[in-house]
Amino acid sequence: MSPDMKGFLLVSVVKLLVIFTALLVGVALMTLMERKVAGWMQNRPGPNRVGPFGILQPAADGIKNFIKEETRPAGANGILFIVAPAFSFIPAMMLLAVIPLAAPLPLQFDVTLPVIGQATYDGLMTVAIADLPIGFLFVLAISSLGVYGVALAGWSSNSKYSLLGGLRAAAQMISYEVAMGLALIPVLLMAGNVSFSEIVSRQQEGLWFIGPLFISFFVFLIAGFAETNRLPFDLPEAESELVAGYHSEYSAIKFSMFMIAEFSHIVTISAMVTTLFFGGWDIPFTTWDEQGGLAQTVVSHLFFFGKMFFWIFFVMWIRWTLPRFRYDQLMSLGWKVLLPIALAYILVTAGAIWGIDRGLGWTDPRRQAQALLGLNLVLGWLLFYVLDRGRVVRGVGAVGRTVRVPVRAAVEG
Amino acid sequence: MAIGVKVMQRPAHDVSYIRATLKGMVLTFKHMFQPRVTLQYPEVRSSDDWRIATRWRGTHRMLTDEQGRSKCVACGLCPQICPANCIKLVPGEDEAGHRYPLIYEIDEFRCVFCGYCQEVCPEEAIHVGVHYENAEYSRDRFVYDLERLSAQVHPVSTLWDPTDPRGE
Repeated sequence: MSPDMKGFLLVSVVKLLVIFTALLVGVALMTLMERKVAGWMQNRPGPNRVGPFGILQPAADGIKNFIKEETRPAGANGILFIVAPAFSFIPAMMLLAVIPLAAPLPLQFDVTLPVIGQATYDGLMTVAIADLPIGFLFVLAISSLGVYGVALAGWSSNSKYSLLGGLRAAAQMISYEVAMGLALIPVLLMAGNVSFSEIVSRQQEGLWFIGPLFISFFVFLIAGFAETNRLPFDLPEAESELVAGYHSEYSAIKFSMFMIAEFSHIVTISAMVTTLFFGGWDIPFTTWDEQGGLAQTVVSHLFFFGKMFFWIFFVMWIRWTLPRFRYDQLMSLGWKVLLPIALAYILVTAGAIWGIDRGLGWTDPRRQAQALLGLNLVLGWLLFYVLDRGRVVRGVGAVGRTVRVPVRAAVEG
Repeated sequence: MAIGVKVMQRPAHDVSYIRATLKGMVLTFKHMFQPRVTLQYPEVRSSDDWRIATRWRGTHRMLTDEQGRSKCVACGLCPQICPANCIKLVPGEDEAGHRYPLIYEIDEFRCVFCGYCQEVCPEEAIHVGVHYENAEYSRDRFVYDLERLSAQVHPVSTLWDPTDPRGE
């Protein structure tokens, strides 16, 4: 093996260790954050018994889940029941691997290590475990795999609640996968590439895609909530109907794995929203972060983290604000509202980009983005004012059939 | 739609989901910065705006006279009226003809804390108290004998006064 290859592997292993450790610790802290945010929003202090401000609560939970008894329901499918948490856990962990977390770091070393031998590295190191050329296609593909874990967990538990939860999860995740994928097509049209690095650099040249592709962002955000099975789309684990849904029968560390999977999905969705629509690690109003260097990497990561943190908070914020959808509302929102919006938006964006490119002949990315921003302001107004105010669509899934309330009619008559 | 869902005709501003969502988010966000109402219980047991009511009916207490003897004359009214049948009373009588309880036990597990024993007591001996921390390590510790009832020091319940129904 050449020293180049060894250097690459060495760097990759270090990145793997650092990023996955950070992810797992972050997920643990997110459980605390979720409970704190929940508490604050209900005028409670949240967990504050274990350690200062409850900071050791995740450790206490983790230890508890490790030493708890594992239960297995009678009649559960032995192998699938054990494998299902892993099916849920592993894809969730893999997702963050492709997202660039900071500006690329120029790195150069030539070392001779004991067992490995000579290892060299020279060039820009992307701060992502693997900056795959297929970019968000990888995320879409792997995140759909998570549904296997959920559906198998539901089926193998031999419990009606779990089965219903698993079925709901499967239907919901597949439905929203469609809207999510289609919402990302305009991003592809704008960036001309599916690679996350390219999307970020395209946003640095132009505007953050939140402006020019606002409707995409909106659809992606809603579909992302549904993908993570979080409120208001947590039908798979609706506790008032299904006990705990697909993980009703799980205990101890297997249950923890589902929780870790859920939280790392939140991290991934937040990171994706950040990368695709908020410029990733881009620091706004400056080009300093594109020069390359250790300081730039660190500061741009802080910016990335800040943006991601906001979206993580946003997920929790929504959770404690909105109630759960009814299941038919969930399905009609996905298929009858989000999917047509995403499809129409692809047409509009494609047409607009074509028009700007060919018709007006503007090739400057910033100018293009500004033109699209103008278009999106109009579209956003249409979406929120006209559609949402019930002038065109009366409620999600309504088909224009109204029922007169008889009591009121009698009083009026 | 398979199920016939009733769709109400409401004014447009009432059916705006995004508007309602944003309003809800503003509300929850405001709540994050409001003062916490939680009482940090084992350390803090009461605050200015929360204290246990004087009419609280909790752990029983037997009052004693100046010589430290129980005021109870073993008349038998409290076991008679007790709806949960949780009071065990064996009366005794000394040489001077004074009746006193040989055994007086209250099973706090059976007790429903109605306060009838306090109401019915002619000597104002047995009381329900303003006290609620009764945890023990074994079940038999919940049967309070006379000695233990007399040793309680918490304030006694004022019960409900018909002439002052709101406790003013």
